[in-house]
Amino acid sequence: MSTPDETIIEVADLRKWFRIGGGMFSRSGVDVKAVDGVSFSVRRGEILGLVGESGSGKTTVGRTLLRLTEPTDGTIRFRGQDITHLPKRAMRPIRRKLQLVFQDPFASLNPRMTVGRIVAAPLIVHEPRMGQAERAERVAEMLQMVGLLPGHAGRFPHEFSGGQRQRIGIARALMLRPDFLVADEPVSALDVSIQAQIVNLLLDLRARFSLAMLFISHDLAVVGHLCDKVAVMYLGRMVESAPTIELFANPRHPYTEALFSAVPDPDPEVRRSRIILSGDIPSPINPPSGCVFRTRCRYALPACAGDVPPLRNVAPNHQSACIRDDLALQPAM
Amino acid sequence: MTPPPRMDPDALLQVEDLSVRFRSDTGVVSALNGVTLAVRPGETVALVGESGSGKSVTSLAIMRLTPSPPGCEVGGRVWLRGTDGRPVDLLALPGEAMRKVRGDRIAMIFQEPMTSLNPVLTIGEQIAEAIAVHRGTSRASAWNAAGELLELVGIPEPRARLATYPHHLSGGMRQRVMIAIALSCDPALLIADEPTTALDVTVQAQILDLLRRLQKRTGMAVIFITHNLGVVAEIADRVMVMYAGRIVEEAAMRTLFQAPRMPYTVKLMRSVPRLQIGGERVALEAIPGSVPDPTNLPPGCAFAPRCSHAMEGTCDVVGPDLEEVQPGHFVRCVRWRELAGGTAR
Repeated sequence: MSTPDETIIEVADLRKWFRIGGGMFSRSGVDVKAVDGVSFSVRRGEILGLVGESGSGKTTVGRTLLRLTEPTDGTIRFRGQDITHLPKRAMRPIRRKLQLVFQDPFASLNPRMTVGRIVAAPLIVHEPRMGQAERAERVAEMLQMVGLLPGHAGRFPHEFSGGQRQRIGIARALMLRPDFLVADEPVSALDVSIQAQIVNLLLDLRARFSLAMLFISHDLAVVGHLCDKVAVMYLGRMVESAPTIELFANPRHPYTEALFSAVPDPDPEVRRSRIILSGDIPSPINPPSGCVFRTRCRYALPACAGDVPPLRNVAPNHQSACIRDDLALQPAM
Repeated sequence: MTPPPRMDPDALLQVEDLSVRFRSDTGVVSALNGVTLAVRPGETVALVGESGSGKSVTSLAIMRLTPSPPGCEVGGRVWLRGTDGRPVDLLALPGEAMRKVRGDRIAMIFQEPMTSLNPVLTIGEQIAEAIAVHRGTSRASAWNAAGELLELVGIPEPRARLATYPHHLSGGMRQRVMIAIALSCDPALLIADEPTTALDVTVQAQILDLLRRLQKRTGMAVIFITHNLGVVAEIADRVMVMYAGRIVEEAAMRTLFQAPRMPYTVKLMRSVPRLQIGGERVALEAIPGSVPDPTNLPPGCAFAPRCSHAMEGTCDVVGPDLEEVQPGHFVRCVRWRELAGGTAR
């Protein structure tokens, strides 16, 4: 049924524009290009990291590719099938194969439901004919798999710590044995000692289920630890993408370099020369012409304000959207 | 008021045996137990710990911003050296006098720059208010000073920004405004409670850089509260590691990173993923379990239930004292001597 190298998700030139301003019948208003031409693919058992600052569009990419919001343009393929415009009914059997883990382990679990009910919910929806006994057995099995106890099924979310709640959210997402998991900042709200537990759990589950995963994060160190390849987003665009080791050793986009250099290292002996970007990420309502990063880029040339630089191959499997080839950029460490 | 018998002659702030207890429906929560620390002028002391470790409560108790009794009881002493060089116990100060200390001698910035500014007042009004209250200057000169402060914290077009509202600004810019307000009265001590946690890494780098430059310029002391060990390595001179309401290790920053003695500190450092290129990808060393329930702390060492070095009959029975490893380096672990012999690593 599944081949080990199979492409699970393929996204081509995905766009999601939100119209703001203007009335219901008005043609006026402007488009916020939250995601503007993003392409990537994820194979079975592979983890793609999507990094970028707030407002870069990474969460919108995750939600759009799950069809939780409708894409403005582009195509989304799941195991070869175009699901971009699939109607609701046809989408239903596919949804069970695509699951989501949220950032906030406090807000994403219904406080009035027992953990058993929360984790069983996907089964109740997608396998309504399953008997109660079998369902309870599946829940117990899944709770154990994520490091909880079967006895936890009768308790409520407030009885658990943040890390344990995130395990509950992961159990719920894996209940239907999905092929693809979008994990949107799943460890950002957790304490460091707990963060490591969840990162290790995700690696373990990936190996066990050959899960393909889109791991959305702003934490480059976690991404480097977990992901096979990484895509860097800035203001709705993908500016660089490469296998993790290649990206860390040989970044080719100035934004990636700045992002790496801004991460404080938990070792006082490591002193990288720090690049401090001036200003903030520009408004997506009125992005700069040409390269969207040029307003904060220390290598910008007048030519950068011209055309939008396309992603181009700079090394095998390594793409960067910078017109300058003459830069010697600083690696991750 | 008599100076405390053991007040460090160099200290600006000396906290002695500070404890905070909250009364709740489920029992008494000991949020803080016997915290002792000193901060010297110009120095940055980092309080590090996970949620619930007591780092924010420490700062609130110093500022006397904890709820009033009987809901909350604060014990101990907080000596602050006044402008005349004489120590004053903040916890014994009348309310009116304490208000003069807050914002003037000690200023504070918080994690959430979104919620700590008033949304219906302009940036200028909020900065000028602090100056007018503490300095008693005219509105016009306070407004002028506000413009200068915005320039100092690196806000472009500072004079024009005075008339804007907080929602016009990004998170990083709002934190700069908060810093401007905090600095408006030239405080001797700045308490920064997770000031960069809600910000993006590139903006965090900007704010840390700004704080460092301002500190160099004004010579103020900083208590920096954070859970991020990377940020600690970046800015701290000395570090206090907190766990379950106690200081469990205290050392100069470099010493702490080079030779941590408390098993908790060691584990915490190993659980942080590092930016690194390639190499063997090993599983992160997570600390099993979670922080203990503050209404029901374990009888011995609070970290014992999660500690791989815990000894039955010792660690789960006796709460260890802070012991001096070497001058300036303290650890709260009964086994630190034997673990230092090589088994900790």
